[in-house]
Amino acid sequence: MAKIGIAVFPGSNCDRDVHHVLNNVIGVQADFIWHTKDRITGYDAMIIPGGFSFGDRLRAGIIAAHSPIVQEVKRMAKDGLAVLGICNGFQILVESGLLPGALLMNDSLRFVCRWTKVEVKNNKTPFTSQFAPKQTFGIPVAHGEGRYIADNKIMKELKKKNQIVLQYSNDDPNGSTDLIAAICNEEGNVMGMMPHPERASESILVAEGAKSNAITIFRSLVSSLKQKAIA
Amino acid sequence: MPKFLVQVVIENKPYINDPEGETIHRDLVVKGGYSNVQSVRSAKMLKMVVNSKSEKDAEATVKKLCEELRIFNPVVSNCTIKATGKI
Repeated sequence: MAKIGIAVFPGSNCDRDVHHVLNNVIGVQADFIWHTKDRITGYDAMIIPGGFSFGDRLRAGIIAAHSPIVQEVKRMAKDGLAVLGICNGFQILVESGLLPGALLMNDSLRFVCRWTKVEVKNNKTPFTSQFAPKQTFGIPVAHGEGRYIADNKIMKELKKKNQIVLQYSNDDPNGSTDLIAAICNEEGNVMGMMPHPERASESILVAEGAKSNAITIFRSLVSSLKQKAIA
Repeated sequence: MPKFLVQVVIENKPYINDPEGETIHRDLVVKGGYSNVQSVRSAKMLKMVVNSKSEKDAEATVKKLCEELRIFNPVVSNCTIKATGKI
């Protein structure tokens, strides 16, 4: 049976939501792992959840990027295991160098907490394989520093290697370059996303008329782990 | 060992929009009557007190740590490091 680790830092606040969705809604085992852990065995994937790790001191994600667990996550990513960073998790993946670019303060200078819509640009990753090509779905965002920025060189690479996974659709909550909501690494096994699929994985949480398929992110991940287990 | 003050200024590269600097410029400085001020860019400054044998050494230590620990994200930011004397 596949097992998923959830990294927990001082200041994480979406860890329990992710834990609940995986264990109780989808039915896959997921465990909390404290940030001081420097050796992780027996896990098939890692999720870095949202929140304000280390109070966003200096820059969102930078302190957590130096923590023991993230060095272990880097090793797991290199070994080809799936790593998903959500919101602050995306910021941590960027600051740790697992994903390129930077996440800066929203261009509105405001914390944005609302529903938006995204379009799937790449459905060949372990996190999006169950979506149809170009599928759009509703999902909430909640971030102050979500403006994805990359220079021309990185943008060229991202496009060439199909690393843009989700784009905001008919909406621009933060001023990201090319409306980027999620990117993956070259190999596709590490993805960072600003929106929160764990906040839209049960019908009671979905805004009226929003039609959310956000849980498909987690379902895709679990299905890719099962396929890996069979192979 | 003597102590030196080293200032670290982390500033976004020119290609990055700076809505905070723009707002300060447009809505505070220019509206406040200082129309000769051409622009405002916001930045973050850290002041580090370093035990070191010389000012040059203190500056070198801070330069090294800024790069090693990614005090700034090189994709979007520049970092200026300057020792400002003994304290």
